[in-house]
Amino acid sequence: MAKIIVITSGKGGVGKTTTSAALAMGLAQRGHRTVVIDFDVGLRNLDLIMGCERRVVYDFINVINGEANINQALIRDKRCDALYVLPASQTRDKEALTKEGVGKVLEELGRSFDFIICDSPAGIEHGATMAMYYADDAVVVTNPEVSSVRDSDRMLGILSSKSRRAEKNEEPIREFLLLTRYCPERVAKGEMLAVEDVREILSLDLLGVIPESKAVLTASNSGVPVILDIESDAGQAYGDAVSRYLGEELPHRFLEFKKKGFFSRLLGG
Amino acid sequence: MGLLDLFRAHRHKGTASIAKERLQILVAHDRATRNQPSYLPQLQREILEVIRKYVDVDMNSVSVNYEQDETREVLELNIILPDAPAAKGI
Repeated sequence: MAKIIVITSGKGGVGKTTTSAALAMGLAQRGHRTVVIDFDVGLRNLDLIMGCERRVVYDFINVINGEANINQALIRDKRCDALYVLPASQTRDKEALTKEGVGKVLEELGRSFDFIICDSPAGIEHGATMAMYYADDAVVVTNPEVSSVRDSDRMLGILSSKSRRAEKNEEPIREFLLLTRYCPERVAKGEMLAVEDVREILSLDLLGVIPESKAVLTASNSGVPVILDIESDAGQAYGDAVSRYLGEELPHRFLEFKKKGFFSRLLGG
Repeated sequence: MGLLDLFRAHRHKGTASIAKERLQILVAHDRATRNQPSYLPQLQREILEVIRKYVDVDMNSVSVNYEQDETREVLELNIILPDAPAAKGI
């Protein structure tokens, strides 16, 4: 049976889809059969970030409604054989995601995949609750910024009360913090919440810290999950996060700001 | 960063500590309300209606607090009566 991981946050624009694409690619690269599902019905974007937007024929809702079978809707990644994308519908209403329908699709996928990554839409409405309902693990994507931290905390409340595991009194969802858009320089100046602050407030295990990086935009511009940019700090940080998720113990990188010398500061260099 | 920024950085301390403090208070409050039973707002409204039959109080004068620790649950009801209680002619 596959492990179901939801990538969630509450707040929009913090990097859920970027993270979903990166983690899915990272797991698949390590040989695990992985499918990443876009739950953002009406505003699909995962296909764009994954670079397969022109290969979408059928979508998640088509499969739920029985208009296509799962193999017709899955898009195999061209860079990695173990990775598949299940796109969201661009035209339907999000109410088309029914608990039974989603459950059936996940069960079918679970028979042939090791990991199912659910890319949640923003908010705490229907689409977001459907994305997290069946999850075994949750990656809570958070920016070091007050509204994002607060929304993450609300999402933690929902994970612990409205998921299938909560309803069936099973072992709770494992929750991990992934801090994104981190600026060590601003943290050093006291302008930005430090990773320890956020971890302490949310009391979560830290899966990774992704530094603010130009590589993220460059990657999304060209439809390449940023984890494939192994030269970049963000790509390496996502790689570390995948290894940590799989049980490796790695120190967190890119947390320190290297101070410039006095003269380079003076000269504005 | 130029010479000016160097002085500016010394002048005001960062705002991250303010953010942390605000979040800690907020999250603690949010978590406390999250664990409350869902009937609490309804309970508060109905209690208020009963009290209003006898005394003129407004919504803000009634507070219902719910606390929970490992061994017990406490439901605390606090009603502030007006200074000169205007009995409603019973």
